Parts: sequence; C-alpha cells; structure tokens
Amino acid sequence: MNQRTIQVDALESEAIFIFREVVAQFEKPVLLFSGGKDSITLVRLAQKAFYPAKIPFPLMHIDTGHNFPETIEFRDRLTQELGVELIVRNVQDNIDNGTVKEETGRYASRNMLQTETLLDAIEEFGFDACIGGARRDEEKARAKERIFSVRDDFGQWDEKNQRPEVFDMLNGKIDLGQNVRVFPISNWTELDVWSYIKKENIEIPSIYFAHKRNTFLRDGLIWSADDAVVFRDEEEEVVERMVRFRTVGDMSCTAAVLSHAVDIAKVVEEIRDSSISERGARIDDKRSEAAMEKRKQQGYF
Amino acid sequence: MNVLKIATAGSVDDGKSTLIGRLLYDTKSLTDDKLEAIEEKSKQRGFDYLDFSLATDGLVAEREQGITIDVAHIYFSTRKKSFIIADTPGHIEYTRNMVTGASTAQASIVLIDARNGVVEQTYRHFFINNLLRIKDVVIAINKMDLVDFSEEKYNIIKGEIEYLASKSEYKNQNLTFIPLSALQGDNVVSTSENMPWYKGETLMHHLERLDAEDVQEETQVRFPVQTVIRPKTEEYHDFRGYAGKIYGGDLEIGDEVSVLPSQTKSKIKSIHFFNEEFAKAKSGSSVTITLEDNVNVSRGDMLVKVAEEPTITKQINATICWMDKEPLQASQKYYIKHGVNDAQAKITQLNTIIKTDFSGKIENPSALELNQIGDIQLKLSKPLLVDAYNQNKSNGSFILINPKTNNTVGVGFIKSPL
Repeated sequence: MNQRTIQVDALESEAIFIFREVVAQFEKPVLLFSGGKDSITLVRLAQKAFYPAKIPFPLMHIDTGHNFPETIEFRDRLTQELGVELIVRNVQDNIDNGTVKEETGRYASRNMLQTETLLDAIEEFGFDACIGGARRDEEKARAKERIFSVRDDFGQWDEKNQRPEVFDMLNGKIDLGQNVRVFPISNWTELDVWSYIKKENIEIPSIYFAHKRNTFLRDGLIWSADDAVVFRDEEEEVVERMVRFRTVGDMSCTAAVLSHAVDIAKVVEEIRDSSISERGARIDDKRSEAAMEKRKQQGYF
Repeated sequence: MNVLKIATAGSVDDGKSTLIGRLLYDTKSLTDDKLEAIEEKSKQRGFDYLDFSLATDGLVAEREQGITIDVAHIYFSTRKKSFIIADTPGHIEYTRNMVTGASTAQASIVLIDARNGVVEQTYRHFFINNLLRIKDVVIAINKMDLVDFSEEKYNIIKGEIEYLASKSEYKNQNLTFIPLSALQGDNVVSTSENMPWYKGETLMHHLERLDAEDVQEETQVRFPVQTVIRPKTEEYHDFRGYAGKIYGGDLEIGDEVSVLPSQTKSKIKSIHFFNEEFAKAKSGSSVTITLEDNVNVSRGDMLVKVAEEPTITKQINATICWMDKEPLQASQKYYIKHGVNDAQAKITQLNTIIKTDFSGKIENPSALELNQIGDIQLKLSKPLLVDAYNQNKSNGSFILINPKTNNTVGVGFIKSPL
C-alpha cells in the first residue's frame, strides 16, 4: 500500500475535470493533435482522466503538408503506442479541389487554410466537441476565450456574446450543427506546459531541442532554409545556426530561436529567462493587431 | 504550481487595465515584443503615456471603444508566486462578465477612482464580491496622484466602504485598503514616496502573501461523480472506478461513505491517480475512487462522508444573478446545472430584487432584468443534493440554462433547501 497523499496540482486537476466533462456531455468529441507540445500535454492529461481505460475519443491532425518531418514521425509513433485512432485530413485536398487558394509570395503560409479543412472534417465526422491545446496566455484574443467555446455551423466564434462561464460548471448544451471548442489547458502558461513535460518526463519531437540547422534571417526572425516551403529571397544568406523551435506550427510561418537547450531542464530554464513571448516567432500573428481574432471568427482554432 | 486567482472590478475608466499593465511592467512580466507593440500603438494613437490596456483588451471592439467588454485572463509570476488575473469589464451592461471572472477568483481587487469616490458600480461590485463570498478583497484607491495624494480623500472612501461592509451579511471578509497610482506606479510594486502617511503594504506584496489554500473556507467533503471508469479490458476486467474532483475536504482509504441519492453505505477501497495509488487525496484533486461494495453509482451521484450528508431536495430558495437579455419571469422553465448534475427547474416565485447598495429589497417584482440580483424559489424535476452556498461554495451554486437558446442565463447561490 502506497501511503502517500495526492496533493492538489490545481492546473492538472482542472484540466482532467474538463476532459471528463467533455466525455460526459458530448456524443462525438475529438482531440485536435498537431504534434506540438501543447497537444502532447493534452494527450497525457486525457490518459490521466480516464485511466485505466483508454482515451475514449480519436485524435485528429489537420495536416498542412508543411509539417516538420520529425513531428509527423512522432505523431504516428505516439498514437500507435496509445492504441488510439488517428484521423488525418489534408489541407492539400482542399487546395486540390479548389475550396481554398494557396497563398503566394514572401509571407505565404498554409496556416489560415487549415480552417477550411478543419470545418470540413467536423462536418464529415459529426464532431460536437473539438478539444484543443490553446492557452489564454498565448495571445490577447485567446485570453478572451471560454473553456467551452460555442461555434455555429460556420465555425464562427461570436466573441462579443460568449456564454457566462461561472465556477467550474461547464454548459455543453448546443444545437444540432453547432460544436464546442474545448480548451482544457486554458489557464496554463508556456512555462507551466514545459514544467509539466519535465515533471512527467513526456517525450516530445526533437525539433524542440537545440540542433544545427541551415537558416536565414528575415524580419528579425530565424527561418529554416532546409525546407522548400519556406519562402527565401536569393540574397537572403544561409548560415548554419544552433537553434530550436519554441512552437511547432506550419513550417512556413514558424521561426526558430537561437538556443543551446539540449534537454527539458535547459528548455525550462531558457523559457523562464526569455524576454520574448512564444508567439513572437509566429509571423501569422503579426499580420495585424487582430489577426488571431479574425481567424477565430472564421472558425480557426 | 501554487496559483492565486484574482479578479479585478471597478467602474469604467478607473484604471483596471492600467493597473494590470503596471503589475506586469513592474514585475518584468511583459515580454519585449509585447512591450514594443504597446509602445508603438500608444505612439501611433498620440498618447502621452503607455496605454497598458492595449495588452489586455484583446478584441477589436474593445480597442475601438476603449472599454473592456469581456474577461481577459492575464498570467504572470514573481519569484514567490504565480497569478492569474481576470480583468473584468466595468460597464454595467457587462456585469455578467464580471461575475464570470470573479466566480473562480480566490481574491478580488475593487478599484475606486480617488477623484470620484464610491460610485454606483462600486456598490455593485462590492456586493457581488460579498455574494460570491470572496474572502480577501483589496480596495485599491487609484489615481491618488490626481488628488494630491490626499490622506483625507483616502479616509473618506475607506470609511464609506467600511460602512457598506458593516451592512453586508458576509462577515468573514478581509478588507485591505491600498492608496495607489497605477499610472505612475505608486504602491503597486514599489512603495510610494508620495504617501508617507500610508504605512501598509504595496499591492504586490499583499498579493504575494495571500495563500491560495488559506483563502478557501473549510467545508465538508463532496465528491460528485463525473463519470464511471469501466475499462473492460483483460487486465482491468472488473475495474469500476468513480471519477470526479474532491471539494471541501480530504478523502482517505477506509473512509465510510454514503452514496447519494441512494444512501447506500460503503467504504473507500482505493484512490487512483493515473497509474499510481494513494492512501489519501486532498481537496481539489481530480481522482478515481473505488468502493468496497458493488453499489450502483452513476454520473451526478455523490460520495460524502457518513453523517456529513447534504440535503436531498426538490425545492430550493436561492439568490440569483440574472445574465440574459430576456428577463426572468416566474413560472418559466429552465435547465438547472448543479455541479455535474442536471435537472429541469421551474421558477415558482420571484420574491425580491435586491438593491446592490445594501439599501434593501423590492418585494414581489414581475421580472428580473439583465444584471439584476434577486431572491427566487425553484421547483426541481428530480431531487438534487445541495448545501447552502455559505456552507459549501461548489455544492451551493448552480446555473440556469434557457432550453430554447441553450444559453447560460443565470447563476444561483443556494440560501436554503425548502
């Protein structure tokens, strides 16, 4: 018999509570999985919420086709180990069937195109709850998000008319065609996520750790030069640098940071001392002051 | 992760967003890129000083109008503690969003503009803090720089709030008064040289000292079952665990429990958290519990310690804060969500509207409008297991949902089961 006491770890207990509410209140939930640190953390929390039973919903990856190969390899291995279903839907399919138009030029990115593919997949499978790893500390429009956030059948977020969310009572009642976006780690910060990954000894894709990579500079950010999908002018000089990625989005809009952090402990230390926010390396947020809010109104995560 | 959740409240333009910006700035929690964005926007708009509200007002409509419409959650930490601040709107029309932000807070800051003193919104916000029974309330008397750092002004406001507190039913509250200037940073993180007459702490020092666990009031253990875990695998063929979050106290292996509403008695056999077992679990933990006997338990049922049972009732008296544009009227039907349990509810009586300046009640009103607070009676379609809110916060509160719109239309505080 283990005589230890389980202490409250408020953020973890809150997230587990939310996962259980999703499964109790919805018919067809899905966990949106990008292979990034936040969705990896979600997977661990989902495991904890239902253990010793398996995670009672599938994982879904909206693949932009511009993912880091390390992330895809990691994704496939993790889902196989957990024995959960993995659904993959490709942005390329929407480009091919003409429902979205590929951007061109210097800042071309497939990040925004994901929305269409996501909404199609929600309709295809009839998902009524989509669990995601967004955090309120990421961005100021995200900071306004409820934990259960209702979207209409166009996937739209009505940011000025959100349901009150009091205490920890989560109202999952929706009409047919609507769905709820659920954010179990809303209240976590980037540092909380890293500290948790360290404490739980959770495996993450190698691009999060410092490695040598061919890179070039644009707009004060460091971009990977190894990948054809990242736009580069001829005169932008390629230099090998020691870098890591702080966030794993679409390659075309995710910049690297200079780093020597080769393990989790070093990463935690680096984040703690960092004077730049996580989204500082995401060019898609810099398009305008309201970039995220606009994307969310259209059904983006 | 010791996290303290704080809500801010106050009237329009009393400087809530500025105060939060100042806390972030002075604790060096604003990253360079965010600070640059604020500097650039402030300059572009021709402001003489940094507009910190640009850091918290995340919606286009908020920045256009220069007001806060919905709650923003702000995260920062010092070497001693992590904080989550719910920056809530001051406008009366968004009071429901203020309640949203304050409902999960362990402490609250009510801002008052020293020039204007106590205004109608101060009454309302002070009242809601008391209704929610938030134990630690800081009265931040802001813009002291605009009243020549006058001790007299400070004392007048302090006196008015103390008078209000004397009329409140909630007596267990710790009121702390701090004169400050959010814009200039006096008494926010560093002690002000402009107010030598103030001998108290700075706001930051005070917040760092509050302990998230101490600010909870002691109550009896409540374990509402969220879901039943039945793996049905070879390895866990007979496993039947009850998953939920513990409220109000601790649970231990061997504790004699009553399963409600069936009132079956059993004992706690094991406490699981992921792939580990524990002998004891603290309040607030989301665990999975197994019982010694094979009893019938489903979602919405509750495990409690024997002799600490809540009331099983189909009728309740409650104070309600109305949050919908469509007014509450007696004889209407709603869904009630009480913790993880659901039922249908009929408003049998709308007794009073409560005036939030503590000046009394309006008897027998015909409707309760958006943002009004009143006393009602409810009849339920099935028995719920309830406590009074002043005995147990989590088990003494509920929400009402309009079955036609699915919107959360009210939050209730149980006064007594009937």
